[in-house]
Amino acid sequence: MKFDKRKADLLAVTIRKNTLRTIASKGTGHVGGSLSIADTLAVLYGGVMNIDPKHPEKSDRDFIVLSKGHCGPAMYAALAAKGYFDENILDTLNQNHTILPSHTDRMKTPGVDVTTGSLGQGASLAAGVAFADKLNESVSYTYLILGDGELNEGQVWESALFAAHNHLSNLITFVDANGKQLDGTTDQVCSLGSIEKKFESFGYHVISVENGNDTGQIYRAVLEAKEEKDAPSVIVLHTLKGAGIQKYMDMDNCHSVPVNKEELQDFYCELDRQER
Amino acid sequence: MSRVETGNKELRKVFAETLEELMRENKDIIYLEADLAGAIGTTGLISSMPEQAFDVGIMEANMVGAGAGMSMKGKIPFMHSFGTFASRRCADQVFLSGCYNHANIKIIGSDPGITAETNGGTHMPFEDMGIYRTFPEIAVLDVAEPHLLREMLRSMAEEYGVMYLRFPRKGKLCYYEKERTFSIGKGVIVRDGTDATVIASGIEVAEAILAAEELEEEGLHVRVVDMFTIKPLDEELVLACAQETNAVVTAENHNKIGGLGSAVAEVLAENAAVPFKRVGIPDCFGEVGNIHFLSEKFGISKEDIKEALRDVLKEK
Repeated sequence: MKFDKRKADLLAVTIRKNTLRTIASKGTGHVGGSLSIADTLAVLYGGVMNIDPKHPEKSDRDFIVLSKGHCGPAMYAALAAKGYFDENILDTLNQNHTILPSHTDRMKTPGVDVTTGSLGQGASLAAGVAFADKLNESVSYTYLILGDGELNEGQVWESALFAAHNHLSNLITFVDANGKQLDGTTDQVCSLGSIEKKFESFGYHVISVENGNDTGQIYRAVLEAKEEKDAPSVIVLHTLKGAGIQKYMDMDNCHSVPVNKEELQDFYCELDRQER
Repeated sequence: MSRVETGNKELRKVFAETLEELMRENKDIIYLEADLAGAIGTTGLISSMPEQAFDVGIMEANMVGAGAGMSMKGKIPFMHSFGTFASRRCADQVFLSGCYNHANIKIIGSDPGITAETNGGTHMPFEDMGIYRTFPEIAVLDVAEPHLLREMLRSMAEEYGVMYLRFPRKGKLCYYEKERTFSIGKGVIVRDGTDATVIASGIEVAEAILAAEELEEEGLHVRVVDMFTIKPLDEELVLACAQETNAVVTAENHNKIGGLGSAVAEVLAENAAVPFKRVGIPDCFGEVGNIHFLSEKFGISKEDIKEALRDVLKEK
């Protein structure tokens, strides 16, 4: 695995800029969860994953499953940055005939491995991909990204039983624990308790990342997960919803909010300042 | 002319044997079971083929999703539960992880409709075909004959896509010769006739053949079609039967709403208005009982088919 923190941080800035740009093209979208997962996508697309933008379908590639499929804009931002498609396509989010629908769709977008959009389903899909890789004696990894609100779904826990029972150590799950879901905080809506302890009791190798918006901490967690050879790993990322943009971090909830094109330059400057 | 005979093998035995054959021929064929191996007769298969057959536990939603994920890597998963749980319990997973995701998964729902017998209303799927028929890019099959089951399992393994097949575990009735070939999406005329047609599926095919034989003694010549593919429906054959016999009855082990009768009615209403009647289960829940009691109670017996035929013939 290649990793350069400076490059990863730069990629995270690009992903945030591209995310805001693509959502601004439509005027509104899932800003909060897209920004909170940007650093993880920067680590994965920045060298961790075995992928080739020139050959998006290459058979031995690692898979990524964005189960919180409504954060498609962040994935599109990363895919455009890596050259899967022209960056100008980012301005077509949710437009008629677009290849960038609000929820990730493998039949529409180059680089999207699995279609998601109904929360919880990506967990089983990812476990199935990892299971088949084991049967095929493939060395590929499957990276699954869940939202914390998504943990309300029972299917997540069915898949967790399945993954642990089958020793899917090639499945690395991230939980974007930004503490907020559509209708409020995760504690207000349906308390999750300790996400770490829950997964631990299911038989997972659990890695808690204190700052889930720090690319270095995320990378070290992935390295640790790859050392585990018997159980699936979960990396619980303690993130900020809307991370990177003060306006959205200050909101009670920025799950799905407007982004004005006029604000983009200010947002870009804000991100560039953080980078420096 | 097909005759109904009682075979010496239950359909679940045919299912297990065929699946094993297919799995030995193609290592990418996977069998997933939701803790009903003992009921469907695949306990031996799971223990003898541990690299390809897996009991995943009582989790139909995860079974379908994980199966769809496996198909992204070239596997061809067949997955089984009772028809109720193989439809209602995982409908969203079949829709999104399966159909919308263009996966390659084969869902087997056993004991459709009244064949759930003493498991009763909770386990009696009268709605499974109706649910799945509204999903784009899915095939829906209703099968109750050993040779047909064997051939359909083989076709499902060979053709890419999401497919749902329902069959009664304990069915033993046979009416096909070994030489007969079948295609998904093509109905079969199992008995020819000129006065009216019964378009039937699943266990109702045998009932329809028996009804037609009895009416023959009254001088009526009834055609019987096995429309084992509810979707995609063989519209060409439906219209040919309407044109050639000028009266159509459908017969199905399913709610009258949404299943075979609805599918045929849609085609006839738009293309060929002929006297038409549906034999099927009224819009109600199931209950415990044996197959003969339930068949009469819910109005899908041989006698009900005969009555419906007499009604449409009166309208001609």
